[in-house]
Amino acid sequence: MTAILQIVFDALSLGSIYALGALGIALIFGVMRLVNFAHGDYISFCVFAMLVPSTDAMSEMFLGSLPTIVLIPVILLIGAGVSVLSEIIVFRRLRDANPATMMIASFALGFILKHFLLMLFSSRPKSINLWPDLGLPVEILGARLPLLQLIAIGITIIILVALSAFLKRTRFGLEMRAAAENFTMARMLGVKANQVILIAFAISGMLAASIGLILAAQTGTSDIQMGVSVMLVAFIATVIGGLGSLAGAVVAGYLIGAASVLMQVILPLEARPFRDAFVYAAVIACLIWRPQGLFAPKSAKQRV
Amino acid sequence: MSFLSVTNVTVRYGRLTALRHANFKMAAGETLFVTGPNGAGKSTLLKAIAGVVTPVEGQIQLAGQVISGTVPEDIARRGFSMVPEGRHVFGTLTIEENLRLGAGMRADKDAVAADLAGCYEVFPMLRERRDAPAAVLSGGQQQMLVIARALMTGPQLIAIDEPSLGLAPKIIDQVYDVLLRLRDERGLTLLIVEQSSTRALLTGGRMLLMRSGEIVMEGDARELLRGDALKQAYFG
Ligand SMILES: Nc1ncnc2c1ncn2[C@@H]1O[C@H](COP(=O)(O)OP(=O)(O)OP(=O)(O)O)[C@@H](O)[C@H]1O
Ligand SMILES: [Mg+2]
Repeated sequence: MTAILQIVFDALSLGSIYALGALGIALIFGVMRLVNFAHGDYISFCVFAMLVPSTDAMSEMFLGSLPTIVLIPVILLIGAGVSVLSEIIVFRRLRDANPATMMIASFALGFILKHFLLMLFSSRPKSINLWPDLGLPVEILGARLPLLQLIAIGITIIILVALSAFLKRTRFGLEMRAAAENFTMARMLGVKANQVILIAFAISGMLAASIGLILAAQTGTSDIQMGVSVMLVAFIATVIGGLGSLAGAVVAGYLIGAASVLMQVILPLEARPFRDAFVYAAVIACLIWRPQGLFAPKSAKQRV
Repeated sequence: MSFLSVTNVTVRYGRLTALRHANFKMAAGETLFVTGPNGAGKSTLLKAIAGVVTPVEGQIQLAGQVISGTVPEDIARRGFSMVPEGRHVFGTLTIEENLRLGAGMRADKDAVAADLAGCYEVFPMLRERRDAPAAVLSGGQQQMLVIARALMTGPQLIAIDEPSLGLAPKIIDQVYDVLLRLRDERGLTLLIVEQSSTRALLTGGRMLLMRSGEIVMEGDARELLRGDALKQAYFG
């Protein structure tokens, strides 16, 4: 029983990270048909913003030493900031370009961000000491779970609920949903394209920042590659969920998280190092079965 | 002074010139029909006014201000409401959300509420299903929704691309009743693309005839339709 509980919570907490990542990608894809491969680098950027820039092996906290109540909004703002700036500096100029061009630009931007971090911090992973108290285990129904895992799951749920309330109940949310479905028509009804896209980038950047905070606290390390590996899985989740479907992205994020954790448990010991290969095989099977994704929005096909 | 003036407007899609040196004017409160064979450039003309396609040449003015070269949302905010061809409802939004989206740029809450009630009165079917996603509506109902939504923007000029296409005659009557009432009560200016001439005959107003990207004839709708001129223009 406790073993099962442990698996469930592992799956939920890994899935939470993927779900938040997939959501950040799907939001931008929704409003501008851009798969933003720089998204993963926003995550790393937010993590490294907590450290003092130096190429030493020793790390020193910079923003990370702020009190939590200040640190969280500051990191969220930094995430929103890089994301919004990349829209203003890069993507806005390419808005009428074809999707492949925009995607390549996002690769390039991610590269630039990565190398910027490399220059400041070198490629060595560094330790990051964020909220060490949260690593302590708590006992739930006999299972010992790190408090942080519970908090990460709880925060993700809060974010998902808040975002869905924003989309359902506010005017910007309404405009964003309409723009995701048919941008040109929304504009003809007076929806301001730049505004909607900026808000989407800001939210997406804050989602990246939340992942950065959770990962930094969970792993205790900062690594320039950390965002990229999340980004890859998150991107796959948005495709499986049906590109453009936010709910689909979240569900698929949790599914992949669950699949990874389950594989880890059920695969024989010798096969465990190939866990990811099995997960991706499941992904391929899923896409052969439903190429349009689990929750493909109908509108994606009949676009103007 | 004219409310809308289109001066020497040319639109190209790549090498294809879809609209060539278009010129016409509309006075406020006027009704203008645009007709012509398939591919004549009627939809392109409307899209150029809406700012969805950018003319390579010429100028468009609305209420004395140049709108060509500006973005669709700014043109919409100046009182131009466009119902493009093909029913672009937001299928995942509810019917009421579709309508409210149309009213998103209006500050006057009371007027919006009154217009919403007005919409529901004219199209009771929309009220019955207000909380259903718009995707569940039939084609004709979607056409009603997009026209109602365009009216919710509180426009001074509404441009509709083939409102009758695929609608039952009874519904077409209903749609035109609403449009003509708004024209008479509020001075709404109507710019309507129709392939069939029946509506123009019933309604009256001016008419433009287009062929291969050009406006080849302009005049009183009934007079144009009575003579052979139209047939000749159509079939060259
Ligand atoms: N997005 C586009 N890209 C390329 N060519 C286009 C595009 N839209 C329209 N065209 C071409 O431009 C010409 C004019 O098209 P338009 O849609 O304006 O005609 P129309 O009079 O509205 O025709 P219909 O009665 O069929 O609606 C046609 O030859 C059409 O094929
Ligand atoms: Mg047309």
